[in-house]
This record gives sequence, structure tokens and C-alpha cells, in this order.
Amino acid sequence: MGNDLAVEAAGLEKSYGKVRVLAGVDLRVPRGSIFALLGPNGAGKTTTVRILATLSPADAGRATVAGYDIVRERQLLRRSISLTGQYAAVDGMQTGEENLRMMARLSGQRRAAARRRARQLLEQFGLADVAGRRVATYSGGMRRRLDLAASLTGHPAVVFLDEPTTGLDLRSRQSMWQVIGELADCGVTVFLTTQYLEEADRLADRVAVVDDGRVVAEGTPAELKQQVADQRLDLMLADPSFFAGLARKLGARAIHLDQGTRTIGVATDGSAAHVRALLDEIDPQGTAVQRFTVHTATLDDVFLALTGHAAATTAEQSGGHPEKETASV
Amino acid sequence: MSELTAPGPAAGFTVRPAAAAEWQIMAGRSLRLTRRKLDALLTSLLLPVILMLMFVYLFGGAIHTGTAYHDYVVPGVLVLCAGFGAALTAVQVSEDMTGGIIDRFRSMDISGAAALSGHVAASLVRNTVSTVLVLGVGFLIGFRPHAGPLDWIAAAGILLAFILAFSWLSAAIGLVAGSPEAASGFTFLLMFLPYASSAFVPISTMPAVIRGFAHHQPATPVIDSVRGLLMGTPVGDSPWLALAWCGGIMAISVVLSGVLFRRRAS
Repeated sequence: MGNDLAVEAAGLEKSYGKVRVLAGVDLRVPRGSIFALLGPNGAGKTTTVRILATLSPADAGRATVAGYDIVRERQLLRRSISLTGQYAAVDGMQTGEENLRMMARLSGQRRAAARRRARQLLEQFGLADVAGRRVATYSGGMRRRLDLAASLTGHPAVVFLDEPTTGLDLRSRQSMWQVIGELADCGVTVFLTTQYLEEADRLADRVAVVDDGRVVAEGTPAELKQQVADQRLDLMLADPSFFAGLARKLGARAIHLDQGTRTIGVATDGSAAHVRALLDEIDPQGTAVQRFTVHTATLDDVFLALTGHAAATTAEQSGGHPEKETASV
Repeated sequence: MSELTAPGPAAGFTVRPAAAAEWQIMAGRSLRLTRRKLDALLTSLLLPVILMLMFVYLFGGAIHTGTAYHDYVVPGVLVLCAGFGAALTAVQVSEDMTGGIIDRFRSMDISGAAALSGHVAASLVRNTVSTVLVLGVGFLIGFRPHAGPLDWIAAAGILLAFILAFSWLSAAIGLVAGSPEAASGFTFLLMFLPYASSAFVPISTMPAVIRGFAHHQPATPVIDSVRGLLMGTPVGDSPWLALAWCGGIMAISVVLSGVLFRRRAS
């Protein structure tokens, strides 16, 4: 196995009863990078993370994390990683500082070192002011930040974050993004799962799109978006005959078709010049298009482009931890 | 900010603390959580005292045991109190299992044994405090034991064995229960054990069906031993029976907890 890879997985399979959750997942994550596993609910994201973090065994396939085999070197592996799940893994009845000191001590640090590490992380995550308050009184965003800080007490080489911002408001989400970005600056490898294209785009060096237990695309966010189109120009047409004619004329360029509302979507970079050029090209007489809107590509668009079907929203069965239902951005 | 997270000498790999340190940290955590759940703490301290006062002053006049009723009932209340305190372990274990923290512990390679025995150790400490409290109130209402130092030590040892066994049993129940509420409900059943024993009334006064159960359940030999040792009356083979019950329950519960922990957490 290459020494420059923090995570390498080949052919991971997993079923819960008759439900096949992973159907052969291959992943390669370079050391020190931020890697995002992007997909809808039920795609197998949480299951993948739990297998890599050695919490569930895979039915087939093999993987190494931080250079250790997930089966044979489980103990060494666990001492080199941390996992932050969708549920905050901190005690509500302890203060933020007590939680961090406990985690630091459990990762083998002596009392004084654990105290220093806790103070350091509280500063770094902007929690110094609330260090002495019980976690039960924290806001959702503060709790997630503390959770993330707790996962770093033992200086892990690989940090797994399972949907780190699901359920957070926009401000908390942005502050999490900043913290996660800073992690990678320190040489930690971050492996995160997300349902948000925007999140993968903002944070990740590389993204793997998963659907139905399989990786359907992999690359940098820029590469992915090229396949998908960053923005979409939706044209609402004046009457059904225009719709049929234009759909025929555009062919594969039409990435969105809705006969009911007579809407056709085409890829654009969102600039005024490009939108104007598209309108001139598609509707030279200026009579066919009644209205238009430009919107950012969503996970649904990525899915439609990559798989030819819309993102399913079935709950993932992952050892009693179903992923939360969340609307995409 | 970067120097703050700059990996230290142990970068990317942490040593596992010694098993004893791990256990001590987990026990400390559990005790801190107990102290902060004031309602649960007060209930586990006050309820046995209230029950004791109720039995002595409300029912005591009607119950004839051949001795002063407070001398008869205090050992029973001690065991009731121990069972009650041990049962809280189930709720704590269940809270851990249903929250996210158990995955964090497991991904840190903290053993199930450390996570659970931390709760059991905290239960021992908690129960020692409440036992002393019940004894203190017992003295105030006229409980006068006739026990030498060895008797005291033996009685304390049997009580501790009982607490230990039932704390482990509760831990196993906490692992099975789907929620802290369910765990709390399960343990309610445990708390009824002392009622169908020699704790409050002599077994000979019970209907035949219950008498059979009362004679052959763990609370009875524990209570008979503690009562005999403290009051200086013959105990027969009660202490050995008590230790056998406690040892058996504990052995089964520890093994069961290990299996359940691995199953529940994967």
C-alpha cells in the first residue's frame, strides 16, 4: 500500500439483511488532504465511514487507514484516527473543558498535558468563553465545534467527520467550514461525508460521489462541476410547440426538461455575457422564451447528470444510525 | 492558529493509557455525571430513608418480629437502598449507549470493560455514601447493633458484594434496554426483590407460594446475613449463600455485558 495514502479502500461491500448498502466501494485519499464523500441519504456514506473507522466489519473488500489494515491492525488504527458522528459525542452534564480533558486523558495524556491540550483546543475552536459551562447549555453550533475539538485531543492522523454540518444554521455551518479547513492546514487528513455540493466544493480537495453503494464519480470539485454545470439557466417557454422544438434542437445540452411548466434548463457559468449569448442563440427572435431564472446546481443536478436518475431519499440502514432527512441547499 | 494544532511528539498516534488509568477516568466521569443529576441523586439517597421511616413509624406498630422493629428493618432497608442505587447504573449505561459517545469511546479503542466498570465503580462509591446515610438515620431512630469489628467488616463485605453484583446486572440491563426510560423501568422490577424477602416482615408470615420464592432469592440470604451479623444473632449458612448468589449473578452479568457490548456497539 502506498505510503502517501491516508485511506485506501478496494471493493468494500456491506449488506444489512437483504438490503445491500455498499456494492463495492473503492477510495484513495492522499495524506493531508480533505476528502468528501458526497451523496444523498441512503447512499452508503455513514456505512463507509463506520467500516473505515472499524466500528462495523465489511462483508467483503479490504482497506487501510493511516497505513493500518482495518481488520488485522484494528487497535493501531483506532489509535490513529478519530470519528465524529452525526450525534454529538460529548457529555451534556460536563463542562466543555471537562469533556476535552477527559478525552485527552483517555488518549493517553497525563493530567497536566491534558489540561493544556484542552485549553488550547478551546481557544482554537472559539469556545474559551464557555469552557466552564455545561455542554447542555451550548447551542447546536457550539456543541458541534466541541465535538470536533474532542476528536482532536489525541492528535489523530485521520479525522472522520460524518455530516459535520447537517442541521446547522448558515452561520454555524460557515464557522465549521473554517475550522475544518484549518485542520487540513495542520497536516491532518480529513474524510468527511456530506449531502451538500456546496460543502464539498468549499472544503474538499477531492470528492467522490456515491449512489446506491457505489462510487459513481471521483475528482476535484472543479472537475465534477464541469460534468454537471455549475449553474443552470432555466427557460420558461411561451407555448408547447416551442418547448418540443427547442428540446429537439438542444438534445443533450438540455440538462433539465419539464413539460408541465414548459421549462428547459441549460448549463451556464452564470455570467451576464454567457446568459445573454445563450438567449440570443436559443431564441434569436426573442419570442420563444417568456421568463428565465439562473440557479446554482444542486446535488440533484449532479445526480441527474452522473447517474441519469434523481437522488433517492430512502433512509440509510446503518446499525441503528439512520442518516437524518435534510433538504439540500 | 496553526501552531496550536501542530502535531506534538505523539503526532498521529496515541498511546493507550494503562488499563487502571482508563478505568479511573471512566469512574471519575460517571461520578461527576451522578453528582450533577441532582434529582436522581436525591432520590437514591432520600427514598431509602423515607421508606425506612415509613416502615418504622407507619407499619412498624402492626408488625411483630420478636424484636424491636427498627432493629429488624434497618438491615432490610440497607439492602433495599443498595439495590436501588445499583439500579441507577442501568440508566447511566443506557444513556451512554443511546447517545453518540459510545462510538467515540470505541473509535478511541476504549474497552467495553473500562466503559462499564467505570459505571460500576461509581455505583460502589455512590452506594457507600447512601448506606452510611441510612445507617446514620437508623442510629437516630434507635437502631442499636451488637456487632464486633469483624462482624461489621463481614456485613460490609456482603453488602458490597451485593452492590457489585447488582450493579453489573444493571449494566447488562442498560445494554439491553432501548432507552434510558426503558432501563429505568426494568430496574424497578429489581427494586421489588427485597419486598418479597425477609427485609420487612418475616417470611413465615407470607403465603406459601411467595414463601418459596422468598426463601430462594438473593435478597433474603444477604439481608439475613447483614441482620445476623449486626444484631449478633446466629446467621447459619446465610453468608455463604449470599456470596454464592452474588458471585453467580456477577459472573453471568459480566460475561453477558461483554457479549452485549460488542453486539450493541457494532
